[in-house]
Amino acid sequence: MTFFVITLIKAALWAAAILLSLLYLQWIERKVIAHVQLRLGPSRVGPHGLLQPLADVMKLLLKEDLTPAGAHKFLYLLAPFLAVSLALVPVVVLPFGPEVEVFGVRTALHLADLNIGVLFLLAVTSLGVYGTALAGWASNSKYALLGALRSSAQMISYELPMAIAVVAPLLLANTLSLQGLAEAQGGYYGGWIPRWNVFQLPAPQIFGCVIFLISGFAETNRVPFDLPEAENELVAGFHTEYSSLKFASFFMAEYANMITSCAFATVLFFGAWQPLWPEAKGSGYFPTLLFGLAGLVALYHGLHPARPKDRITLPVVALAFFGLAAVFLIPVVRPVLLPVFWFVLKAGSLLFTFMWVRATLPRFRYDQLMAFTWKFLFPVAMVNLLATGLLVAVYGK
Amino acid sequence: MPASASDVLKSAAAIAKGMGITFKELMSPTITENYPDEPPKFQERYRGVHVLQRDENGLEKCVACFLCAAACPSNCIYIEAADNTDAVRFSGAERYAKVYNIDYNRCIFCGYCVEACPTDAITHGHGFEVAGYNTSTLIYRKEQMLVPLPPKP
Repeated sequence: MTFFVITLIKAALWAAAILLSLLYLQWIERKVIAHVQLRLGPSRVGPHGLLQPLADVMKLLLKEDLTPAGAHKFLYLLAPFLAVSLALVPVVVLPFGPEVEVFGVRTALHLADLNIGVLFLLAVTSLGVYGTALAGWASNSKYALLGALRSSAQMISYELPMAIAVVAPLLLANTLSLQGLAEAQGGYYGGWIPRWNVFQLPAPQIFGCVIFLISGFAETNRVPFDLPEAENELVAGFHTEYSSLKFASFFMAEYANMITSCAFATVLFFGAWQPLWPEAKGSGYFPTLLFGLAGLVALYHGLHPARPKDRITLPVVALAFFGLAAVFLIPVVRPVLLPVFWFVLKAGSLLFTFMWVRATLPRFRYDQLMAFTWKFLFPVAMVNLLATGLLVAVYGK
Repeated sequence: MPASASDVLKSAAAIAKGMGITFKELMSPTITENYPDEPPKFQERYRGVHVLQRDENGLEKCVACFLCAAACPSNCIYIEAADNTDAVRFSGAERYAKVYNIDYNRCIFCGYCVEACPTDAITHGHGFEVAGYNTSTLIYRKEQMLVPLPPKP
């Protein structure tokens, strides 16, 4: 009974967290890209455009829901549903932290610790391609079909180097469970350097990590691999014909896939919830320091405002940051919040990299895209796997 | 496609350089103007709504010579001249503009009137919010364009 109650509470919490972060990820992305281009980004709806995601959702809700003539009704409806539900499922297995005790109840922070978690994650994320393919096929439009074809070919091609890059850390950790992977990366070399898989001896997975991230960009159809929605040739690719909430579903699916990709990379290569340096050496106070510093920066800019409105809004932001900093000092919540903080910090940095790359790199040509994965990424991933296997076999773990 | 190790390294270095540039731009301050909340910034020579200048005595510089109206390619300047008297004096010279209208429905902001003016009476200001629900409100009268008199000490 208690198991069900706790699982329900956790499910509700993580669902709320993931949906909220989906909404605001888009706001953050628009802000980051705007600032790279020396613009301000969303700033009209609410202070600093903070209500923009809500406005976007409202707009999409109120749009006319069109089904093009000649579309396959059932599949046309099924495709966005598949895309978004399969994109949201992986959060179930992500290990946000170790087993913790909250109000006298011992529980793990994640919803399920599958012993084949890695396989589950790979399987569910690759099923996402069905949403894309069906959407293109069912909407009876040449642009949608072409986009879907490209997308399917791309996702299947990049799955290979991705899967091979995933296998190498599994060799190091000797487990398929994500929680097991996270725990295997605990401990520090010389008391300071974390034993994450990117640094793990005998075979540091630096190349594996880069290959995984590049494939991640391609799997989520992000710049520079966003050929399925290349605007200048395909209108909007596979979701050309979709409007209203169905369009919003594809949009959410893209961002959910980004989150999954980054979280998966965090677990595989960056030690999941393991802190950057040992708890004994004060890493537990890092969140307080970080949020305190962010608060101070916000306060400084509030006192020296670039715009008159900042005089009011930025000190409020600073207060929020100081509040967060204080929350991380409360002893009761520390064991829960600290691992989650480290996990979110690492995944968040990777998400920022996704946005940063989007603001920097132009799109690949299609033949370049295919040649890149088959002639370069795939062999390199293979060599990386063989080298890892050899090193593990010779030196042991 | 990168074939050799040096090609791969070169490509990676090029990407790193690009990422460095975008990160630098991310950290530098924005150049967006906050227009409706704050007044926009214009170059000094921006050609906006005209301003009719006064001389150092507070008299109108315009002497109603009609050169601006003659120079105007869209015929949007309308002037009625009148003579100054000793009792009522508007400008420093013999005549002054009793009526000076600019029709902003027709003005193309070419600046020929400003170039033509022998007394530097008509100049371009930085006003740009020239919009109205009615075309008749866009015909600006002299009083709307004249520099306000400095407060009497």
